[in-house]
Order: sequence, then structure tokens, then C-alpha cells
Amino acid sequence: MKKWCAFLCGGLILGLLQGLLAPKYTGLTQEGGLIREYYQNAGGNDVIFIGDCEVYENFSPITLWQEYGITSYIRGSPQQTIWQSYYLMEETFRYETPKVMVFNVLSMKYDSPESTGSQSRREAYNRMTLDGMRWSSCKWKAVNASLTREERRWGGALTYLFPLLRYHDRWSELTAEDVRYLFHFQPVSHCGYLMRTGVEPMTEALISAPMTDAELGQTSWEYLDKMVRLCREHGTQLVLVKSPGLYPVWWWEWDRQVTEYAREQELLYVNMLPAQEEIGIDWMTDTYDGGLHLNVSGAEKASAWFGKILQEQCGLPDHRREETVSALWEARCRAYEAAKAEGR
Amino acid sequence: MTVQSPWFPLFTAALLVIYYRVPGQWQWRVLLTGSGCFYLWAGKAYLGFLLLTLVSTYLAARQMGDGQGREDRKKRRPWLILCLTVNASALMLCKSCLLPGAKELLAGSRVEFLTLGLPLGISFYTLQTMGYLIDVYRGTVEPERNFGKFSLFAAWFPQLIQGPVSGFSQLGPQLTAAHPYDGQRLSFGAQRVLWGYFKKLVIADRLAPAVTALRQEQTVGGGFLVLTILYAVQLYGDFTGGVDIALGVSECFGIRLPENFRQPFFAKNTAQYWRRWHMTLGTWMKTYVFYPVSVSAPVRRLSRWARARLGGFGKRVGVYLATGVTWLATGVWHGLTPNFLVWGMLNCLVIVLSQELTPLYRRFHSRFGWKDKPWYGVFEGIRMFLLMNLIRACDLYADPREYFHRLLSLFSVPLWRQPVPALGLTGADWGILALGIGAMLLVSLLQQRAGSLRQLLWRGNPWLRYGLTFLLLVAVLLFGRYGVGYEGTNFIYSQF
Repeated sequence: MKKWCAFLCGGLILGLLQGLLAPKYTGLTQEGGLIREYYQNAGGNDVIFIGDCEVYENFSPITLWQEYGITSYIRGSPQQTIWQSYYLMEETFRYETPKVMVFNVLSMKYDSPESTGSQSRREAYNRMTLDGMRWSSCKWKAVNASLTREERRWGGALTYLFPLLRYHDRWSELTAEDVRYLFHFQPVSHCGYLMRTGVEPMTEALISAPMTDAELGQTSWEYLDKMVRLCREHGTQLVLVKSPGLYPVWWWEWDRQVTEYAREQELLYVNMLPAQEEIGIDWMTDTYDGGLHLNVSGAEKASAWFGKILQEQCGLPDHRREETVSALWEARCRAYEAAKAEGR
Repeated sequence: MTVQSPWFPLFTAALLVIYYRVPGQWQWRVLLTGSGCFYLWAGKAYLGFLLLTLVSTYLAARQMGDGQGREDRKKRRPWLILCLTVNASALMLCKSCLLPGAKELLAGSRVEFLTLGLPLGISFYTLQTMGYLIDVYRGTVEPERNFGKFSLFAAWFPQLIQGPVSGFSQLGPQLTAAHPYDGQRLSFGAQRVLWGYFKKLVIADRLAPAVTALRQEQTVGGGFLVLTILYAVQLYGDFTGGVDIALGVSECFGIRLPENFRQPFFAKNTAQYWRRWHMTLGTWMKTYVFYPVSVSAPVRRLSRWARARLGGFGKRVGVYLATGVTWLATGVWHGLTPNFLVWGMLNCLVIVLSQELTPLYRRFHSRFGWKDKPWYGVFEGIRMFLLMNLIRACDLYADPREYFHRLLSLFSVPLWRQPVPALGLTGADWGILALGIGAMLLVSLLQQRAGSLRQLLWRGNPWLRYGLTFLLLVAVLLFGRYGVGYEGTNFIYSQF
């Protein structure tokens, strides 16, 4: 009995230590906490957006609600890769079956964890996507697909199941925030949308790295195939989108391949880049980082434009007359407007 | 999978569960499968070397122990020589691939991978199987007829990385015997494993950047002295930590491996030091090199000749020659670069000089009477510590000239003239190191005085035992240098 009590106490203390040492993503890198927020909002969404920063910064579910009565949520995270998107999609189906799944195709340019940049940078992005996922077989598969060589050498997937093994040395960097948010989780997004209210105009042309490979990689296509199959199994319409953004460049060769694929698979593919004028995006006022991503004004314009397509081509219903749903979304809208007014 | 990887404890735990679930007669098969899996997981690129040693030693031992070889020692000899040559050659080949220039020479060839590091555990399993083969030759051990049981003895996974080196008569029967579950033994084993991880990950690996920085700075004088001290602590934490993990894991399975250390830094003279540091290698060298050389016909003839012509010193010439050969072999076992030969010869020189100067010491002590004073004991300990540190620093410089240059700088450059360069450690690192080294020293002192600490704790309040074990676990988890973002350091002795 004593032994079991000791084990229990030990487990509890280790759990507390793990909670204390894990990053809280409440400061400058708020996007690291986005994936975790979904579980409190799962269910009742007609549309789920999945992808990288081009979804969680460029689309606003609140605008989709206000303009069209579409209920949606964004499962986005920084530099989310296609294999992560796939497993997030698989996980999402465990919580709800949306009518439409929107996938941002920019991440198809990466074909392996190594192709996304330096190992340490990739690892940091992996963490921001995977640490927030709940324990499940989906997480396990997502982790194993995402590990960098360096991570595989040092414990690999285990460090995602027990983040203490990764963050054990944060004891020297702990701040008051780590204690404050130990038992209390602070949501930072509006249905997965990370609001950016600042303006930093695009003043000079962003120079992209030259295209190294005109063909999108095999791994990307395999995961896209899996996405198509998964969505069909659940009776969900998969929509491919290329969200507005000047950088990184979405080369026309890639666009041609995705267009061709969408045609073959009878998928809706919306490339928003050529429609930027129609959308009304002004890169002097609608970006917060010189043209890489949209700010709230740009995101609202993009969402209003894209929502029309979703409504018309996917036949999504308007929920604004449904009392319960409306009450929930009106509360969300108030929080959104207040945040916008405060500029946070 | 490395021993430092979080998979290793999980792998061991899974193996333990299976081990205590199967009937006793099946347990050794679980261990063999586990050892095989570990090797495949950790070093499958080098599997050929392990198989060569296993098959050749098994067959040679069978040839020597069965049939005509059993009766006639002369018929056994060719098998012994052949097998020893094959295995020693394989070891030497691998070690020679690590010599400077080998990388360029072998670039693009099929054996280029050998320039990356030694095959996993080759130095240790070669030594262990050679010992077994000589025992079979001498007739002190019956050859193992079951290839699986023999393979388990040669490649028992916890001791594969850096020993200890075990004898077949001591380890073989334990590995194949049935071991019922014993909670106390399991708990003792786990505590020892944790203590090993503490020494390796919290102390040795935290010190590693400082040792590397000092080496790269080409430091001389005082900096070199600091380097020798830090390297001594790093090597002690690393090597004893690794061996503690091996002994602890084995203990969990009910297998008792021989101890490899007994508070070596408390030794007061060289002979004592070598009876406390890497004891199993010392025993192996004594049994299979020193004694055979001492009693060999040429050495006996030389001894007789020297005794007749050189008097008292002549009596000891044979022993000194055997000592020299033993240290040469020990040096070669550590590596083929000249520094290891110098290291072996320096150790030999100190032992011989100590022996020759014994009458002088006796006269000195009878005159001053300091021998029994407590402070003199401390002085002897510090003297020994510093002396062995200076010799051990040979490990750090492949070119002996570099080593001697630094050694001489201790006398030519005033110690305080050479400022110690930045060591790459933060204040928190030093704090942890101070606490960790303090804990290590305290444990050593308590072990020296009271014997097994685990036994003491077991007899005391269980909550104290649980608390201390948990504290150790937390210290390893929090303060250990491991995982992504750290330059992982392999066990130092896995390179020898």
C-alpha cells in the first residue's frame, strides 16, 4: 500500500513538474497554443480549416459567421506540414464531422521534415503543432511522421508523449507566467483565428528564394490522396485553398499541378492569389508584417470573399436563425469585437 | 537506441516484465532476445563483427573442449592461437580505422563506416570472449555447448557498452539460471541505475563542454591543471555512471556483475589506485597477460640471469618486464594512437619507481613519523589524485608531444599566469555541478565507511527511501543534460 501511495505521489509531482516546465505560449509566440484550444470548441462546426499560418492569420471564422452564418473553426499552427494537417484532420473526425474541410496547399512545398529548414527551427514548429494535441493514435502517427533526424536520435516520439523529457531544462527560465498558467489555460484565438491588429505596409518587394523543384514532392501527394480518401469516407467535402500572401511564393508550376489534381479528383481548388484585387486586399493597410500575412482587416476581407464561395459552392446553411447556435456565436463575436477594439 | 535515450529504461522495463512472467527455464532466452534486439537497435551496422567473434570463439572453444582436444593441450593450442588472432585482428583493424589519416585513406571505400567509431562494445566483448577462450584452453572452464547461452554471455546488453569485463565461470551460470521475482533486488537495481544516470547526465555531461573548451583552447600551465581535474571528474562520472547502469540493470534481472570501482580517488598510492579503478580490466590483464608473461620461459630465463648479475634489483626484473608488457597491452587496448602507449608506460614507470623507492619511503617515515597522522593520509590522497590526473590527461592528446608540452608547462609557466578561458558553463551549471559532485563525494565517503548505502536505506524508514529515490529521479530528469538541443556525449569508454 505504502509503495502504491509513493508511486501515486511521485506521478502527481512529475505531472505537476511537466505542466510547470512546458511552455505556455502566452507571450510572443501565442500561435504555439492554438492547436490545444480546439478541444474546448470541438463540435457543431460546418467548416474546419486546416493548415499553416496562412489559415490561422488570413481567415476569420467570426466574419464567416457574421456575413453568412457559417460555423467554422481553424486548426492551424505555424509551418504546419501536410502530414501534420492530415493527422489533425483524422483527429478532427473523432470529435465532429464537418460538412467542409478546407486545406491550405502552401505546405505541399515541403516533402520531408528536413526540407522545411534547419532542424532546430523545424523542431520548434513541430512542438507548436504537436504538443497541443491530446494523446491519441493520431498524435502518435503525427509525431512519428514529423520527427527530424536530430529528434529521432534523442528519444523521438517519447519526448512528445512526456514533454518533461524535452523541456526539463526550462527550470532556469521559469517566469511568473509559468506558475500562473499551470492550472489555468488562457485561450488566445477566436475560433482558431489569431488576431493581428497592427499594420506594417509592404514597402519593398519580398525576394523569394528561387524555386528548387518545379514538381511538388511525392510525400505531399500521398498525404493529399489520404486526405481525399479520409474526407470521402466521412462524407465531407475537401476544399483546397491557396490563401492570399506575397511570401513565400506559390509558384505557378505548383498551382498548375494542384489545379490538375483537383480537376482529376473533382475537388474545389480556390487560388486566392489572382483574386486579390477583387477581394480588395491592400498590401499597404491589410498586412501586419510587410506582406507575409494579413492583419485583421485583410483577414476579414479574405473571409468575406471566401465565405461567399463556400456558401455558394458547398451549399452551407446559414445558422444565424438558430437560437442556441446564435447565442454562442454572438458571445464569440462580442469577444472578437472587444479584442479588435483593444487592438490585441 | 543508446543508454542515454529515454527508450532504454522503457526497453529494460518491458524486458523485465516479460522476464518475470515466463517460466525460469525460459528466462535466459528472454535475455538473449533482449540483447539481440538491443544490438540490432543500437549498432546493427556492426553486427558482422559481433557474429564473427561469437561464431569463431564458440567453434574454437568446442574444438578445444571436446574430443581429442580435451585430453591434449598441444592440440588445443592451434585453435586458441587461431581464434585469438582472428578476434584480436578484428579489434585492431577497427581501432586502426580511427587513427589519424584513416578517414581520408578509407574515404569512399566499403569500410568507410568504420572510421566513424568503434563497433558497439567490441573492446569489451572481445576481451571477455578471449578470457573465456583462454579459460577453456587452460581447462578451468568447460566450453558452453549451447550457442545461444554462449552468445548471451558474450553480448549481455547492459555490459556491452563499457563493461565491466566478466569471467565465464562467474557470469555464465547466472545468466542461464532461473531468477524468481525479488522486489528488494529490483529496487536496489533501479536505485543503482538512477545513480548511474545521475553521475553520467548531471555531472559528466554537464562538465563536458568545459573540458572540450579547455582542450580546444590549447591551454597550458594553470589551465592545463584545471583541465586535468575537470577531466578526472568527468571521466569518473561518465565511466562509473555507465558501469552503475550496467550493474543496476543486471541486478534487476537477478544477475550480479563484478564491481569495477571502489572509491579510486581515495587511493593513496598507484598500486591501490589500480586496485580500485577499472578493476575488471586490471583483473583480466593480471590473469591473462601478467601471470602468463611472468611465468613464461624467456622471462624466467631473464630473471635467473638478472638475479645472478644484478643482485636485489635483478630479482624484480622479471616482474617489471611482465608489468611493462601488461601496461603496453592495456595501452593498446585503449587505443592505437601513441598517447595510449605513453599512458601505459607512464603508469608502468610510476609503479616501478614506487616499488624501487619503497626502502627510501620507509626510512623517511621512520625518521619523521608522519605516516600515521590523519593529515598525511589526506596529503597522500591529494597527491595520488593529482598524479593520476596528470597521467590520465594523455587520453586528451593523440600526439604525445602535445601532452608533454603541456605537462612541462606546469613547471615552466607560473600557474597563475595562464588565465582559465571561458568554459561555456553558466552560474546555474556550476551550482548543479557543485551539488552533484558534493553528493558523489558524500556517497563515496559513506560507502567507504559504512558499506552499501542501499542496504542501510532498506533497513530504515521506507518513506525516506522513497523520498531519496524520487529526489534522485527528479534530479536526473531536471538537471541531466540530454535530449534535443544538447550535444549528446557518448560514454567515453565506449570509444576505447
